[in-house]
Amino acid sequence: MARVANLPGLGKWFRLAVCLGAVAFMAIPSMQAVAGVDLPKLEHGKGDKCVDEEDYIRRNHPDLLKHHRDDTLRKGIRTTKYSLRKCVECHAGSKTGSVASSKEDFCVACHSYAGVKLDCWDCHATKPGKRPVNQTAQPSLSPLMPSHGGSQ
Amino acid sequence: MSDSMNTKQEDRREFLKAGALVAGVTLGPGVLFYGVAHSRAPEEGASSNQRWGMLIDTTKCGDGCNDCVTACNTENGLSGHTGPQDSQWIRKVDIKDLRTGYVQSLPMMCQHCENPPCVDVCPTGASMKRADGIVLVDRHSCIGCRYCMMACPYKARSFVHEPLTDQNPEVPRGKGCVESCTFCVQRVDRGEQPACVEACDAKGHKAMIFGDLKDPESEVSKALKSTDSVEVRADLALNTGVRYQGI
Repeated sequence: MARVANLPGLGKWFRLAVCLGAVAFMAIPSMQAVAGVDLPKLEHGKGDKCVDEEDYIRRNHPDLLKHHRDDTLRKGIRTTKYSLRKCVECHAGSKTGSVASSKEDFCVACHSYAGVKLDCWDCHATKPGKRPVNQTAQPSLSPLMPSHGGSQ
Repeated sequence: MSDSMNTKQEDRREFLKAGALVAGVTLGPGVLFYGVAHSRAPEEGASSNQRWGMLIDTTKCGDGCNDCVTACNTENGLSGHTGPQDSQWIRKVDIKDLRTGYVQSLPMMCQHCENPPCVDVCPTGASMKRADGIVLVDRHSCIGCRYCMMACPYKARSFVHEPLTDQNPEVPRGKGCVESCTFCVQRVDRGEQPACVEACDAKGHKAMIFGDLKDPESEVSKALKSTDSVEVRADLALNTGVRYQGI
């Protein structure tokens, strides 16, 4: 009984030591891992800041883009805040002019790091590009809606 | 007591003032909205108060002229090839009366039916009609089964067989999906004419009139009211958005 009564004090210190040791033991390999992994180096997009807080965009951009695509295609809502085309316009790489041509480009850099496959670019243009100009047609011919059309 | 009454009255005055201010602000945009009633703001969706449609005068359509097709290809990033596996959103069709030998030339594309068979048969809901009557394919849910191509009486739809690159940023297209004329929806939403109509006007033929079928004051509605026009395959009762004159 006396031995047991003496132990709790010792046990506390022992347990603390074991815990600290375990934490230190676990921390060593993870620190090495952090030092060894190449985090994606992203080129800064055009302009001062993104359309929303960066952390929010980083976490929620799939949902934002998905919501926007349905609104645009099915309902004809053409706001530009969460438009994929606007993402491309700001984030196209300076070397390739694209968001997904090389491993350094904005989208691919993160997605290859995270191992998440992207199929946006099977259909969507990866470069900002300009509106095609038809050689035969004059652009200023009779607009469908006389007021403020074509300004977006 | 009187102090508190005064305060209350002042509060009431402030409230009324604020109310009047709000009313004024609301009236401002209201007036503005009336002014630009025909042109949608970007955040405003397509509305069923409109229905986009077209009248094609085949007598004005130039024999051998292909400008509408070229303009469509440029606008939508199509190759312009006419092989069995190439996308064609608009085609020039020559029809010949076998008894008399009279030949007519006309453009044929998605007729943007009110009751589209392509939408009826689509198993995923990818084939869809927008509120303003434009029939589209949602490539995000198209599985490439091509039922819609079989259902379409106008042979208006194409399937993309090969991977594509360098698409027009406004017109995403890709392998494994069905596609067809969109009335150049990206232009229409900006308040412009479809590329084919613009090209036809630029050529001086003016064989195509595009506009809102539900607006009695639109050019296309007036033209439809004053001339005899037909649907192609009217027997199917699809109520097409594209109508032809002179066939």
